Amino acid sequence: MSVSLFIEQLLNGVQFGVMLFLISAGLTLVFGIMNLINLAHGSLYMMGAFLAAAFVKITGNYLAALALALALTALIGYVMEKLVLQRFYHRSHLDQVLVTFGLILVFNDIVRLIWGVVPVQFRLPEPFSGSVQLIADVQYPTFRLVILAVGLLVALGLYVIVVHTRIGMWIRAGASNRPMASALGVDVGLVFSAVFAAGSALAGLAGLMAGSISSVQVGMGEPVLILALVVTVIGGIGSIRGAFIAALLIGVVDTFGRVLLPPALGSMVIFMLMAIILAWRPKGLFPVNA
Amino acid sequence: MPESSSNSTSVLTALKQAWPAVLVLILLALVPTISQVIDNPFIIRLFTRVVIFAIVAVALNFVLGFGALVSMMHAGLFGIGAYVVAIFAFHEYDSSPLWLIPGTANLAVTIPLAIIVTAFAAALTGAVSLRTSGAYFIMITLAFNQMLYYFFVALQKYGGDDGLQILASLEFAGVNISRRVTFYYIALCVLAVTLVLFSRLINSRFGVILQATAQNERRVIALGISPLRYKLAAFVISGAVTGLAGALWATGQQFVSPSDLSWIRSADFVVMAVLGGMARVWGPVLGAVVIVLLEALLPNYTQFWQLPFGVIVILIVVYLQGGLADLFGRARQPGGGGH
Amino acid sequence: MGAPLLEVKTLQKRFAGIVATNDLSLDVKAGETHALIGPNGAGKTTLIAQLQGELTPDGGTILFNGRDITREPAHRRAHLGIARSFQITSVFPQFTVLANVALAVQAQQGHGFRFFRAACDDPSLTRPAREAIDQIGLSDRAHVYAEDLSHGERRQLELAMALAMKPALLLLDEPMAGMGRQDGQRMTRILEGLKKNYAILLVEHDMDAVFALADRLTVLVAGRAIATGLPDAIRSDPAVKAAYLGHGS
Repeated sequence: MSVSLFIEQLLNGVQFGVMLFLISAGLTLVFGIMNLINLAHGSLYMMGAFLAAAFVKITGNYLAALALALALTALIGYVMEKLVLQRFYHRSHLDQVLVTFGLILVFNDIVRLIWGVVPVQFRLPEPFSGSVQLIADVQYPTFRLVILAVGLLVALGLYVIVVHTRIGMWIRAGASNRPMASALGVDVGLVFSAVFAAGSALAGLAGLMAGSISSVQVGMGEPVLILALVVTVIGGIGSIRGAFIAALLIGVVDTFGRVLLPPALGSMVIFMLMAIILAWRPKGLFPVNA
Repeated sequence: MPESSSNSTSVLTALKQAWPAVLVLILLALVPTISQVIDNPFIIRLFTRVVIFAIVAVALNFVLGFGALVSMMHAGLFGIGAYVVAIFAFHEYDSSPLWLIPGTANLAVTIPLAIIVTAFAAALTGAVSLRTSGAYFIMITLAFNQMLYYFFVALQKYGGDDGLQILASLEFAGVNISRRVTFYYIALCVLAVTLVLFSRLINSRFGVILQATAQNERRVIALGISPLRYKLAAFVISGAVTGLAGALWATGQQFVSPSDLSWIRSADFVVMAVLGGMARVWGPVLGAVVIVLLEALLPNYTQFWQLPFGVIVILIVVYLQGGLADLFGRARQPGGGGH
Repeated sequence: MGAPLLEVKTLQKRFAGIVATNDLSLDVKAGETHALIGPNGAGKTTLIAQLQGELTPDGGTILFNGRDITREPAHRRAHLGIARSFQITSVFPQFTVLANVALAVQAQQGHGFRFFRAACDDPSLTRPAREAIDQIGLSDRAHVYAEDLSHGERRQLELAMALAMKPALLLLDEPMAGMGRQDGQRMTRILEGLKKNYAILLVEHDMDAVFALADRLTVLVAGRAIATGLPDAIRSDPAVKAAYLGHGS
């Protein structure tokens, strides 16, 4: 493998990892705080992408379209939580899995109803369509670089908020010990609604980024959801730090696995990595409730 | 109930408890006749699907309903069984060896092989996933399902994404079983045997430990039992039967594809078990009948059939706690209900 | 009373900076009923959990019949003869009383990989289970589901399961917790019967029961044994009075 290919793949891997982190963040916090498995989180990723594509078409203004798409995805997440998921916090994980599975089917068909079955194209505007010369002979598409930068910024911002601010302290308190957090005067219900909406917006952001790289289509959220679950499990359910590290690990390993290994093995390598890590640490790398 | 009843009375009591299962099996046995009378061969194809999926749902429910292990990888295990039959048939047709092993279209060889390979896969994945519990187990099995899916997608030699048509003519030790009706009855017999097998298993010492672990694992350990090996054995048995169903599936369809292993299919199996009723061995058969018929009929009414199907799934979870089997009288939920 | 059946030496256990077990040593002799008393949070249940094997100590040793079991997993200790009844009732709610106890018998026999014969009418399981149920006075409730039992009956079932394991040592964690006076007295009578045949380490808050049953007492405060001795000596020990008996019960 040449140096230039290595750098290119490394960037791809980190970019993929950052995107995975954006999806996993909501998933792991929701699970950590409310003990809820939300398979429909991938549907929010899909909604973000479709809404962004639609708003670009309507408004013609990228920034406005992105803002609208993210706000609406957050709203959809909020409504989904209030309408359906809230009733399932105290039900079994089995019930949660089934209900959110039902929601996935519903979301997929709603998207089909509105946008049809043909994949929708969504591209970032002209200035980002070229490529940048990084070093000597490494050309890298500008829009991928933009996505990487935005993703990294958001991820770091999120990390700082959760790990270093008062709001973050509430979230972590809620995740590690809910009754204790309530006793300390944290309105856990409110914190959770906020986390859920924010997590939805982040999933939507990841979705529209991914959509601009490949294409926007029905069912795009499901494989990504499963990868986000892998990230969550490896990182330790409820741990934002664990999710960040696991997401980068999975992003890079998956990208290189696909380049370096024969296809049958390359597509399996992250799952094997998961198996090895869990055999060694069944509660993930950074378990929250040790 | 007397503790040491004679054999004949215990058969009687077993019949008394299982009469809905017997009734359903009898009704299923009438399907080929009905199909002939109303001259609709599609029905028998449809019910072959019902019966094979019912085998999986019953096998899944052994770990799900009685072991509280929410496996989201049974479609993956199902697919392994199917691909073993298809790949060996491919090499027979191709007359090329699979590494050093010659291909074969003889199901007397490939079905046992499918069972063994699937059991082995269940043992490997189970050994990792069963060390964790609850939500971790669900997520990990879902991940393993996806891994198997990608694995078969990547096998370009065997059709990759497009799947693999079985061109060799499958036979069972020289007997042709490809006639629709014959094959249907074979599948139905396998379902009946599966029901008997798991009914015996859940009441055995082994099954009692499995159910006890689902109710209170901590107590099981305090009694001096290490639960992991029992859970693993249960998972392997469930996987082996699922692999058998997969082998039947490949035989019946003459075709396998990665979509047979999609995680949606895994979730469908869980829905079947829950809808049918997890507290009884035969409950999931009812679930399989309803779900397969729904999936076949809904698309006749609307192109967007997943929407009503999704809503039905949600309603089942919200309103139907004991499953359809509860229509025949309430049973105590042995395990699956807990967190 | 001969050599100690259970010997605990300088046991240590901490949770995130809190010392739950602090340099604790005690022993239980064969046939002895040794009561462990102390205020809430003294580390009694933590100690029981370490003896049973649910928790692993950070330091010190546990000897059972002279054998070091400090690192043995819980299920193996159960086979060596250590049975625990839980402070918060821990039974199998969807099994009948008989099935609960039969499972304990089965665990003790160790033949779990039998796949076809129905366990519920296997006399090699049900006969010893019946004996344990009779011994504990639940005979007329044998076919009732555990979730339908009263609180007191569930405590009895808990004890029957421990007995069915044919243990050498019973670790009883507050067997009378949450019981009314009548149930409590009945439980005391049951334990008086068991006392003759088993070595018991008894954690209990009911002082009447403790002084009626115990051959020796150890007082635990903040993870440390502050006194060990005969009931009368403990009753008059000034340190014990100050730390425990003085305030509270």
